Amino acid sequence: MKSLMIVAAAALAMMATPTLAQSDAAMMFASPSKLTQTDGKDIYNAICAGCHMAEGQGAVGAGMYPALAGNETLEAAGYPIYVIIHGQKAMPALGNVLSDEQIAAVVGYIRTNFGNNYPEEVTVQEVTDSR
Amino acid sequence: MSGFETGMSRRQLLAMIGTAAGSVAMYNAMTSLGFAQESTYSGPIKLEGDPKGASVLILGAGLAGMTAALELRDAGYKVQVLEYREKAGGRCWTLRGGDKYVELGGAVQDVKFAEGNYINPGPWRIPHHHYGVLDYCQRLGVKLEPFMQVNHNAYLHRTDAFDGKPQRFREIATDYRGHVSELLAKVVNQNALDETVTADDAKLLLESLKTYGVLDENYAYVKSDDTSEFRGWDKPPGGGVDGAPVPSEPIALSDVLQSRLWANLVTGDSIDHQGTIFQPVGGMDMIAVGFEKVIGDLITYNAKVTKIDQNDTGVTVTYVDSNGAAGEQTATADYCICTIPFSILGQIEHNFSGEMTSVIDSMSYAGSVKFGLEFKRRFWEQDERIYGGITYTNLPISQISYPSNDYFSDGPAVLLGGYGWGATAYQFNALPPEERVAKAVEYGAQIHPQYTEEFSNGVAVTWHRVPWVLGCYGIWADKEAQYATAAAMDGRTLMAGEHISYLPAWQEGAILSALDAITRLHKVVVGA
Repeated sequence: MKSLMIVAAAALAMMATPTLAQSDAAMMFASPSKLTQTDGKDIYNAICAGCHMAEGQGAVGAGMYPALAGNETLEAAGYPIYVIIHGQKAMPALGNVLSDEQIAAVVGYIRTNFGNNYPEEVTVQEVTDSR
Repeated sequence: MSGFETGMSRRQLLAMIGTAAGSVAMYNAMTSLGFAQESTYSGPIKLEGDPKGASVLILGAGLAGMTAALELRDAGYKVQVLEYREKAGGRCWTLRGGDKYVELGGAVQDVKFAEGNYINPGPWRIPHHHYGVLDYCQRLGVKLEPFMQVNHNAYLHRTDAFDGKPQRFREIATDYRGHVSELLAKVVNQNALDETVTADDAKLLLESLKTYGVLDENYAYVKSDDTSEFRGWDKPPGGGVDGAPVPSEPIALSDVLQSRLWANLVTGDSIDHQGTIFQPVGGMDMIAVGFEKVIGDLITYNAKVTKIDQNDTGVTVTYVDSNGAAGEQTATADYCICTIPFSILGQIEHNFSGEMTSVIDSMSYAGSVKFGLEFKRRFWEQDERIYGGITYTNLPISQISYPSNDYFSDGPAVLLGGYGWGATAYQFNALPPEERVAKAVEYGAQIHPQYTEEFSNGVAVTWHRVPWVLGCYGIWADKEAQYATAAAMDGRTLMAGEHISYLPAWQEGAILSALDAITRLHKVVVGA
């Protein structure tokens, strides 16, 4: 109970940070070890956009981050689910910072945005099974 | 550590320390007692025997690549280095005023620091036991100065402790130690350790706790001149009529514990952070510059490797201009030292073995964020008497490190406004650079209200967006199972870099790995 109260107090203290924007960025940094956004778009903007960029266009340097825009490998939801959980090449495994629910939400988001049109629902169970 | 000569075995002592003070103290004690590893560097490498004109192509002009280049040329090899960037150093990197940093995605940061100010986005400290880095600094004429890690006058801060008011490290450290010593003394005096400690040792333990925790004659940790000598005074000793000091009141045990500010008390006690620690005068990339002066003529810059092809007779590497100019070129050599981070290498066409390929493809790179913030004046020195060292906080910036150089100087100065990992780094990575900096200023202002008034400009480097590495250090999928494969010679190629070491993310790891790779390569060559 005490530890719960401390967590609650910490969360309150963070939320009370006065000058943080109250937009989708308001949820950022609420935990040092996990992402706390729940909406697919918010999750995308808080983590995926860091490498795959805001419009899913990817980026190229000495190596590259693949574009998610118009990306046919997203057709089977199991593929992005697996890559998010376990990582692949330069992509770090994110299964420890995102919950099954968050992964389902963000996979649903990338499969229906950036020119992708795979509207079949992504279930939490699919994510759980892929762990 | 000698001085524990009491008849108690080392294992018993460790068990006691572990029980009394927790695993961190245990680790520190183990370090002191000689279990912890220091660098295996054993002095300048000697590659004896004639390589008979053998050639080596080195991929990457970071510290691993340049160490290999320097030593192999000295040993008589023909050496060529291909580097993606326009300059050498790789992650041994410094940003100064006038620099322009373009990150992945195209965001541009024009660094506006005043002359002489800088930030090291990558490595920033050289521990005293990183003999390889230190030796090369000496050989290359790179001047070093002390890096201040622990500063008892810096702060420990949590938003949920002491109403968010930062506490001086000195006060929390002294009070924590004092209270813990008092408690342990109580246990001894209640004879609760009789089965663990001999009567003679118990006496000495009490005596030591009195010294260690600054306890009074009743083994109590109380407000006194003695404790104030450690935790600071309400009114410090002065001269003249009103010179008498006024001691300060220790913070109660429960408040110290509940604050969780003890979490960072021992950070500076790990072997990588114990004094003495150094930094190159003028920025970490002075090491890269030092190497470049000696072997810069071997480096082809702006060379983006696109293909690595090795066969029975040699290695052929195809590269293009990093800035997109048309045309492919090739470089060939008898052997290859590849220091390209696996995050990049996995995207390059190559014909390494299947085993090596699977290791390369399974290594991801950690995210990390660092902020360099310039302020109009050194308010931390002028207002708060903080000269170097680190303040720790539970805010997303995690820490503030004050410059360990040019103390007392007028004019603007740059501090490290944050250094974060994990979920925090991911989220900063997803923000545009100017928003990252703005947040670092907002957060830092909760510790130093002067931030708001004094902030001038800043940069924020998130390592997943660094174009030539895509992260700050390699994370193994299964190091135990994969390490030997990654370190083994694959055809005519040996991998080197911090990732092929047990000092991940440290420059020492890059250098030791390069020295090991060229030593094994040389054996193959002179034996051939």
